[in-house]
Amino acid sequence: MPIQEWRPGAGLHALRARAAMLADLRRYFADAGVLEVETPLACSSSGTDPSLEPIRARYTGPVFPRGRGLYLQTSPELGMKRLLAAGSGPIYQICKAFRNGEAGRLHNPEFSILEWYRPGFDLEQLMEEVADIARLALGQPKLASERQTYAGLFESVLQLDVFDNSAEQLQELAIARHVLGAEQLQLDRDGWLDLLMSHLVQPKLGRERLCFVSDYPASQAALARLNRDGRTAARFELFFAGIELANGFHELVDPDEQAQRFEADNCQRRAQGLRPIKVDRLLLGALEHGLPDCSGVAVGLDRLLMLRLGENEIDRVLSFSLQRC
Amino acid sequence: MATYSTNEFKGGLKLLLDGDPCTIIENEFVKPGKGQAFNRVKIRNLKTGRVLEKTFRSGESVEAADVIDRDLQYLYSDGEFWHFMDNDSFEQYQADATAMGEAVKWIKEQDSCMVVLWNGAPIAVEAPNFVSLVITETDPGLKGDTSGGGGKPATLETGAVVRVPLFIQGGEKIKVDTRTGDYVSRVKDD
Repeated sequence: MPIQEWRPGAGLHALRARAAMLADLRRYFADAGVLEVETPLACSSSGTDPSLEPIRARYTGPVFPRGRGLYLQTSPELGMKRLLAAGSGPIYQICKAFRNGEAGRLHNPEFSILEWYRPGFDLEQLMEEVADIARLALGQPKLASERQTYAGLFESVLQLDVFDNSAEQLQELAIARHVLGAEQLQLDRDGWLDLLMSHLVQPKLGRERLCFVSDYPASQAALARLNRDGRTAARFELFFAGIELANGFHELVDPDEQAQRFEADNCQRRAQGLRPIKVDRLLLGALEHGLPDCSGVAVGLDRLLMLRLGENEIDRVLSFSLQRC
Repeated sequence: MATYSTNEFKGGLKLLLDGDPCTIIENEFVKPGKGQAFNRVKIRNLKTGRVLEKTFRSGESVEAADVIDRDLQYLYSDGEFWHFMDNDSFEQYQADATAMGEAVKWIKEQDSCMVVLWNGAPIAVEAPNFVSLVITETDPGLKGDTSGGGGKPATLETGAVVRVPLFIQGGEKIKVDTRTGDYVSRVKDD
């Protein structure tokens, strides 16, 4: 049997479309005066988010003769924030990010991210720019966009008040809405919200227009600052054709709160039987020094390319996905 | 007790769900960028044939079902059970009417069938895709009509009734597609 897996999953037209998309994006940012940067893919620390599992690597040799544990980044966020604190001004990066345990129709453990930061931008301004970038990458310059809040969306689709329901009540709703298997699942409140979002809400989002969902519950703030109401976070996501494309924050700048969130994440990791992550004291140092008020966003480029080309599987836009690499 | 983690899920994997053996038809990994990962799985219950969807939390383990597919030869029916034999081991198995399902309509002694065994007992029997059977009864054909349009009912030696073209006569052997119950062609014995 001749070896077949050497062939790329992406056709030549997809490789060309990717190159054209990257060129368009770089031209956009050059014109907008946003600096292209690179930060290390392999770092001594990583984000602590319990829902993101890094892939671990190890360096041994000069400087670290006994070896040093490294994480392949789950996103370039931590390094880019250190550049912002050092006075870089607006920056963007096109790079690979890695997430252990994620492979499927819309996931490959190694994937391409476009991430950028805008000092002085609030979320409204950043969402407008994200819409422009999405139109550019999708090749649909006239695409309309709409805004929803997370709470408003759950209210209109599920008649549910996201702030006033226990895990048990959310489970009852999932069962009543025929999410089969919900009877046997054991999840916390945010886990149930994720289930309702991914099974019942998200598939309807972004039909023929870009759909921004903002003001996530504070418990899902990740690295966003909290809004003044104290119960929502300055975080948004972009959906198109039912697919999640981008995640943006009005960035948390307070080093104490950042340290507390790292610690809380690691507590949750231990409780879930996950390995804790070495806290990034270099980021905390940068926040102590002072991160400018800024908003930042990460966009999944492979999924944008899928949508642009009408492909149904991420493998069709990657040269060599997990099964071929 | 053997189990599978959701990471091992793929088409064809056999699971025990609510006490019934099931096979995975389709497995989709669903995960928000920041949030809980799920496996959303389309499953066929091998006893009832029903297809359903079920969501698992990624990383969970699910009990495996001891299910195997085996090619067995149909020997005979005693009215209550249909008896099969494995031609390699000469081991015999008996299937009840529920396990036989539609296959009852199509198979004759000596035919070879795909039989699904759960814990060593048949739970489903699949007739071969095409079978050749003799017509025991049908209205006399119209001479010279070879158009095949319209058609008429014909009873086969197994008792099944299929629609055949008007020119087909009683006593002839025909080929039938068991998946649709459609007449395919005449069969000429040599």
